[in-house]
Amino acid sequence: MTLQDPAAPPATAPAAAAAPGQAAAPAPAIVCEGLWKVYGPDPEGALAGPTPPSAAALRESGHVPAVRDVSLSIAPGEMLVVMGLSGSGKSTLVRCLSRLIEPTAGRVTVDGEDLLGLDEAGLIRLRREKMGMVFQNFALLPHRTVLENVAFPLEMRGQRRQERRRRALEVIELVGLKGREDHFPRELSGGQQQRVGIARSLAIEPDIWFLDEPFSALDPLIRREMQDEFLRLQEMLGKTIVFITHDFDEALRLSDRIAIMYEGGVEQIDTPDRIVMNPATDYVERFTREIAKARVVHAAALADPGLSAEGEPVPGDATIAALGRRLVESSAALIPVAGPDGRSLGAMERTRALDLLFADAP
Amino acid sequence: MTAAPDTAPARPGGLPLPARPIAFALFCLALTLIVTAAALPAAAMRPPDWMVLPMADWINVTFAFVHEDLGLTVLTRAFADLVAGLLDITDNLLAGGRGGLGLPQIPWAAMAISGFMLGYGLKDWKLGALAGGTFTWLAVFGQWQWGMETLALIAVAAPLSVVLGFLLGWAAWRRPWVEAMLMPLLNIAQSLPHFAYLIPVVVFFGVGDHAGAIATVIFATPPMIRLTVLGLRRVAPEVVESGKMSGATRWQLMRYVRVPTARAEMLVGVNQVIMQCLAMVVIASFIGAPGLGYKLLQYLQGLKIGKAVEIGISVVLIAVMLDRLSRAWAELQPVHHERGTPWWKRNRLLLVWLGLMAAVAAASGLHDWVAEIPRRKAASTAFLWDPIVDWLAVEAYPYTNALRGWLLIHILIPLRDAYLAAPWTAVLALVAGIGWNVGGARSAAVCAGFVLFVAVSGWWDRAMITAYMVSVAVALAVAIGLPLGIWMARSERSARRMLLICDTFQTFPSFIYLIPVIMLFGVNDVAAIGAVVIYGAVPVIRYTIEGLLGVPPALKEAVDMSGGTRRQRLWSLELPMALPHMMVGLNQTVMFSLFMVIIAAFIGTQDLGQEMMRALSSNDVGKGLVLGLCVAFIGLMVDHLANTWAAKRRRALGLG
Repeated sequence: MTLQDPAAPPATAPAAAAAPGQAAAPAPAIVCEGLWKVYGPDPEGALAGPTPPSAAALRESGHVPAVRDVSLSIAPGEMLVVMGLSGSGKSTLVRCLSRLIEPTAGRVTVDGEDLLGLDEAGLIRLRREKMGMVFQNFALLPHRTVLENVAFPLEMRGQRRQERRRRALEVIELVGLKGREDHFPRELSGGQQQRVGIARSLAIEPDIWFLDEPFSALDPLIRREMQDEFLRLQEMLGKTIVFITHDFDEALRLSDRIAIMYEGGVEQIDTPDRIVMNPATDYVERFTREIAKARVVHAAALADPGLSAEGEPVPGDATIAALGRRLVESSAALIPVAGPDGRSLGAMERTRALDLLFADAP
Repeated sequence: MTAAPDTAPARPGGLPLPARPIAFALFCLALTLIVTAAALPAAAMRPPDWMVLPMADWINVTFAFVHEDLGLTVLTRAFADLVAGLLDITDNLLAGGRGGLGLPQIPWAAMAISGFMLGYGLKDWKLGALAGGTFTWLAVFGQWQWGMETLALIAVAAPLSVVLGFLLGWAAWRRPWVEAMLMPLLNIAQSLPHFAYLIPVVVFFGVGDHAGAIATVIFATPPMIRLTVLGLRRVAPEVVESGKMSGATRWQLMRYVRVPTARAEMLVGVNQVIMQCLAMVVIASFIGAPGLGYKLLQYLQGLKIGKAVEIGISVVLIAVMLDRLSRAWAELQPVHHERGTPWWKRNRLLLVWLGLMAAVAAASGLHDWVAEIPRRKAASTAFLWDPIVDWLAVEAYPYTNALRGWLLIHILIPLRDAYLAAPWTAVLALVAGIGWNVGGARSAAVCAGFVLFVAVSGWWDRAMITAYMVSVAVALAVAIGLPLGIWMARSERSARRMLLICDTFQTFPSFIYLIPVIMLFGVNDVAAIGAVVIYGAVPVIRYTIEGLLGVPPALKEAVDMSGGTRRQRLWSLELPMALPHMMVGLNQTVMFSLFMVIIAAFIGTQDLGQEMMRALSSNDVGKGLVLGLCVAFIGLMVDHLANTWAAKRRRALGLG
């Protein structure tokens, strides 16, 4: 799906998102095909057979499949949230995509360049030019000030001190830490430290932004604040993002698309609306069971382009919960839905929307 | 693990089998051998001559080959020249030696002020007062020259050890095979007594201050290696990943990410290096290293106790100062300045220091005493110590002498004879049985192997005397340390205070402990054991307190709410929970005791240490190393048993 206008909510193009890597989409920023990461005595040998082995078979032979046959593609400017419980392989996946971990098998392409074929120098160049990463426990260098931490990637690529300083101050201001440039990490709160982590990852103006559970170590109120801050930044910058989380609510809140991982494999990769409405597997279904679906599903996802109806259209990017009053008070069978540009997206059946709205009611 | 079942299978109508039948059988065998000792053949009593391997000769031949035929002399001479050159420089600056840069000696006032400023800058005015006060003490009491000679040695040996340890640690961290090779060597190196290092150094480098410095470097490097590996390994993987994602090359990763992040561990390594250096520099006086240690040795040999006490105080002050300064450095956290702080404010301390240095330079032209207080004019505390020493010699002598006599006749000599009378085969069986009981077949084999080495080394009797002295000393140390530790752990405050005292005691070079016991008991076995007891009680106290403090508060509350009294809580909860940690302490006590017993050879014992002194004076590398290995293996055996037991116990208690 295209997200050149990051402000547009995901519901504007659910159809395109459903089939990633379609011909209609621009050249994807990241593609991975048949990606494996197996730990154990003989990882390559374990995968050598004509058909990929099952997770159970691998475990039998003493191997641990951390990433199991993952294929996905991420469009430029898209935000993919990888969601899974601890041990599901999501952190390993993102480290394979950034090649912090060497995958056992498969292909990864970044902007058309074969990531796994790069030598050390090539990899360093790619990271210096295109990639930024934010870590769960901030991973700041304790002996450097905020400014020196943020300028660190620039220093690594040999930029001059003045230039480094100017750019670092710019990003520090962007993340709202102006005035704390000379503090050391231990003098900052958790939320502030992660802001430094974010600023550091943005210093080189990367195209691709990896975030590995960036807000998991923060307490809930700060986490909420940081999510808002993150959405604000993303709206301004429009990067290609791979965001890891174990928090389903966070995934729903932030993502264009969610990839749900279980035991190293991707169970389903889709828009939040579709995952909630049509869970692909039992595992995903168990996850979505407790979710207030009306707060996730947007009107556009229920709109059927083949139908039309009279009356004031509801905005397609509104959630069903937000439209609750209108749904209850209306008596029409069909309610028209319009996109942000006012174009009609068709109409949704009121009873279907009501079912979602009252799904949790006894 | 053990092939034997852990629980006794109860046979109907019979006695239950012991839990570990093989261990039990070994104990029975040992007992039988002891009981029937009179009827045993001689070969079972003492390791027979045909068993003794001429290991000393092998080592000597190897050394001679490496030394002469392989041309290692070129290398050792180059290294000796380097060390000698560096020593000339530090000796010139600190102690006013003629070589080196040919600069004038640094005035004592400048050193004292620098010490104060350094302490103040690193922590607070108290540390400053300690550092400044130490230098002032040295100057005022006429020990400046010796103190500075000692410091000049440390100033060369410590940085060399740090660099060497860092490089080796780095190599071990990078290459698993280097680590696999290095770690067993380090284990042995850290359980070899100080003297064992001196002999090969004398053979390769001769005697004198440079040989002392080299022995010190070799002795002090192992902890730096360990802490470098530990520090590099402890760097959080995320931090390394963040460096990689910032596009750092391998070198940049090492230089800017790994090493600075491992700073704290490495500085702890530096602290340990400095303390080891001080301990060794004092002992290196035996091979002619100048300084306080040399003077101390002279005074002790001449039984000038008052003078020795004064030097002892200097050594202790220097030890505490160096320890506190380097620890404050390790703990120093960076603090930022507010924006717009002018540079003179940022560098305030540096400017004050420069100003004071200029003042000292000007003042030393005015009066000689700013630069150096002549020894004849110096104050002395001997007037304080001499009466005490005299009083002890006259008034307390009957009592200490009676105590000494009683101990010797009724406890020490019978015990020693018992140890010597035990058949070596019985000791072997006993040790194997203990090993089996603690850690199964593997531990039994390890322990038996160590004992076998001692048997074939040809030093069985000497080793048994060492074992007797160590076991008496350890028993006494536990008898004193355990109740004291439990008593001190009753409140948080007294525990902290006691830990601070233990900390301070542990910084003293072991040699120092000889002074008070010689003062009390003269020169004999009792004095030696007394020194070992004081030295060895410190870890017992320390680990008892730490273990008791480490019991989770929730558990204590659970016992309290179950209506337990203090005593019940101690016996049913705190002691069992603390026991694994206390075992680690006991292990350290044994190690310390071994080292101390060997050093005590200097005041006339008959054990391995005495032979080592002889090997030192006759430059017999092979004999010295074999003796050293005997001591090391006794230590490693206890180490293996204590750690295996503690680890098992911890797992059983779910303490991780």
